[in-house]
Amino acid sequence: MTTTDSSATPQTPKGKRRIGDVVFANTASGSGILILAILAGVAAFLIIQSVDSLGANTANFFTTTGWDANTREAPAFGVAALAFGTVLAAAIALLIATPIAVGIALFIAYYAPRKLASVLGYIVDLLAAIPSVVYGLWGIGYLVHQLTPFYQWLSTSFGWIPLFAGPVSSTGRTMMSAGIVLAVMILPIITAISRDVFLQVPQAHREAALSLGATRWEMIRMAVLPFGRAGIIGGAMLGLGRALGETMAVAMILSPALVISPHLLQSGNQTIAAHIALQYPEATGYGVSALIAAGLVLFAITLVVNMGARYIVARRKEFTE
Amino acid sequence: MTTTTKKSSTGASGDGPAPMQRTLLTGSLPRYFAPALLAGVAIVTGGLLFALGTFSIPLFAVFTVVTYTVLVTLASARIESGRKAKDRLVTAVVYTCFGLAMVPLISLLWTVARMGVVRLDGYFLTVSMNGVTPTMDAGGVYHAIVGTIAITGFAALVSIPIGLMTAIYLVEYGRGRLKNAITFFVDVMTGIPSIVAGLFVVALWMVFFGPGTTNGAAGAVALSVLMIPVVVRSCEEMIRLVPNELREASYALGVPKWLTVVKVVLPTAIAGITTGIMLAIARVIGETAPLILTAGSSAVAINWNLFDGQMMSLPVFIYSQVRMGDAINYERAWAAALTLILIVMLLFFVARLVSRFFAPKFGR
Amino acid sequence: MAKRIDVSGLHVYYGDFKAVEDVSMTIEPRAVTAFIGSSGCGKSTFLRALNRMHEVAPNARVEGKVMLDDQDIYAPDVDPVAVRREIGMVFQRPNPFPTMSIYDNVIAGAKLNNQRLGRTEADDIVERSLHGANLWEEVKDRLSKPGAGLSGGQQQRLCIARAIAVEPAVLLMDEPCSALDPISTLAIEDLIAKLKENYTICIVTHNMQQAARVSDQTAFFNLAGTGKPGRLIEMDETNKIFTKPDKKETENYITGRFG
Repeated sequence: MTTTDSSATPQTPKGKRRIGDVVFANTASGSGILILAILAGVAAFLIIQSVDSLGANTANFFTTTGWDANTREAPAFGVAALAFGTVLAAAIALLIATPIAVGIALFIAYYAPRKLASVLGYIVDLLAAIPSVVYGLWGIGYLVHQLTPFYQWLSTSFGWIPLFAGPVSSTGRTMMSAGIVLAVMILPIITAISRDVFLQVPQAHREAALSLGATRWEMIRMAVLPFGRAGIIGGAMLGLGRALGETMAVAMILSPALVISPHLLQSGNQTIAAHIALQYPEATGYGVSALIAAGLVLFAITLVVNMGARYIVARRKEFTE
Repeated sequence: MTTTTKKSSTGASGDGPAPMQRTLLTGSLPRYFAPALLAGVAIVTGGLLFALGTFSIPLFAVFTVVTYTVLVTLASARIESGRKAKDRLVTAVVYTCFGLAMVPLISLLWTVARMGVVRLDGYFLTVSMNGVTPTMDAGGVYHAIVGTIAITGFAALVSIPIGLMTAIYLVEYGRGRLKNAITFFVDVMTGIPSIVAGLFVVALWMVFFGPGTTNGAAGAVALSVLMIPVVVRSCEEMIRLVPNELREASYALGVPKWLTVVKVVLPTAIAGITTGIMLAIARVIGETAPLILTAGSSAVAINWNLFDGQMMSLPVFIYSQVRMGDAINYERAWAAALTLILIVMLLFFVARLVSRFFAPKFGR
Repeated sequence: MAKRIDVSGLHVYYGDFKAVEDVSMTIEPRAVTAFIGSSGCGKSTFLRALNRMHEVAPNARVEGKVMLDDQDIYAPDVDPVAVRREIGMVFQRPNPFPTMSIYDNVIAGAKLNNQRLGRTEADDIVERSLHGANLWEEVKDRLSKPGAGLSGGQQQRLCIARAIAVEPAVLLMDEPCSALDPISTLAIEDLIAKLKENYTICIVTHNMQQAARVSDQTAFFNLAGTGKPGRLIEMDETNKIFTKPDKKETENYITGRFG
């Protein structure tokens, strides 16, 4: 089946262009340009609306942890704690999700029977379709209660590592819980992209490995993983982008505090996205503008991560074709 | 082998190191060994945990999997070979990863179903929260369903034409740097955090309608920002699948390009496009964060007007009930979550059915 | 350490579909056996069944026996991994690992079997295998360059070097020249003639001149009819098959009257 790009097909010769063609082509390209305009608009409006509060801010926006913005008199706020929390939550999620996602992708691509594999791909998609607010509800209404005894054990056994230091939060509404729920939420995207690149590994390379007397694992290590490495990295970065921007799970689960704390099993820390969701309804004075400034930081971070991820995945594609 | 040792031209095995043990019969564990071992380990750990009175499913699963993995690796290393042992270890780990991923999915669906049915009934679906104080044993989600339908519907109305036309541009017309730029930024746009989309609309509305204006339309625009790239991606993929021969056949008949797209390309791809759009709707229908910012989180009454006043939606309803925090609020939240999941799944399954039964056959 | 292969009553199935029916033959050591026949006649499937590579496809199974000297490669406690180590394979398209250097490609298989391979030992194996594949002189100065940078014919010889580095007893070649130009083809054919001093070689080919040039024995496969399984029609000395075959079907194919 040919699935070629048809943009190369001859157009009606110049001078004889039909009115229908002109209108249709312009509407189509206009839509594309509109998308670029929307994206530019997102950046522009966020910048315009944040200038106000950033100008009035009496503290350093990037190094301050506090958030005293709901006032018209000398607001003092910063994203230091929020940025730290955002990166921390995403890092936990990524550390948990990436190895598991690669495992699932390998399972779907090379271990599961063919018929089961397509069902599994479908289940992974389903996992991705569940709304984040439902994950949040499940996290706060069910999971945290299940996790608390585990945290107790973790803290008594490994409390000497600052990450797991006690006293453990009795509610379970901690960074660790938020990270775990985020991990579940980004599993599908990392799995889907890894699975796609694994399936792209040419059969010739896999057979080459097998014909040398490789076991299944050796075949994967020899032919699949080197080939799929960029895809896994790209997928993980897309997952990272999603984890950085995810709002609801964190807003519902974490018991926040604007501090920079490495203790994952205690309450505290906060992410940019969750902070915005929680603060917005009560924002007054410079509050809204300050939140928009925080959103701008989040936008910039995710933009960089996503562009990096797309670049890696796209380069991989060129390399394989 | 007998060494035909002509210098430099013998086969690889000529004067190499002592040939290794050449037998096909490496020791091997019987085929039933792994399942039998797993069953055995499960019974033993289960029994032990019961005897100690500390049985719980997670504990049981962890102990069984770890013990099995260790035992099967050791047994294989001893009887088979180090290489086989590693292979078996990885196999156990890969299966475990898969099992691990199923745990949250099943747990989530089961919990939502179990907790949701408590309150989910005809009454719950057909009344609003108007006049209901947060702790009163009454009220429902009708207003939220109305809001969800109105906001998502309007978002779809905005996104589908823009997304579809962009997809057509990318496949049929696009070339050069503009095409590359659009492709790249559509990808980037899929990664915009939903809360940022919400903030964007807040900023936009501030400029045009003054600060603090919240209404359904604002929510819909925010959802559109999230939905457009998804629609573009899936439509583009489907239009690209239409064989070029069909287009050429149409050109050969003297049909202009735009009519070819409308009459030949789109009808061929319509099933895939429908599926893609439904999945895009399923994705944004559960969006919460942008709606809290744009459509408000405190509406309690039925409001069909997108341009006037706050509008509740199912996801925001769940969130605001959880924020209230009483037992009755959680009951409502679970029931609303079940409603939402059922809607999402319905969209999801219908989409799959459409793609399965109405997809044109390209003879692949 | 070339070994004899003895096939008796071999049937190959993919699920319910029977691809090859009731093949019995003896493949002599230190000789080249060519499998010829029209497309889809099961010769490649049969070849892949000789080192259990067909098991890569789902639901593939066989009935019958394949003896490698005195061991049945389909015996219940035989590991396919061990079989493939003993019976190497070269594919239709050259398939060096794209992410590995020439050196790493050659040593890849040998490393599996001996994880604590010393540097000098490894160097030895690489040099010996590349010599064995008539490739050493061409690549000795760029062993650390990617294998994918070689020409098609060189890549195919690299794959042969990679296969013989494992020191197999048998080499199976599935149309090894069909993706190559005539000069590269000639190089591979020369190589085959040299390799048969040490290995048992089976080669599937569409090219009858090639079969006539390189092989000692030739086996002709054909379909019983559309949708029917492939069968072995005739096997004999290559000379005899190409001059006066016993079966009419073979003669028709050889003389180009059909196929």
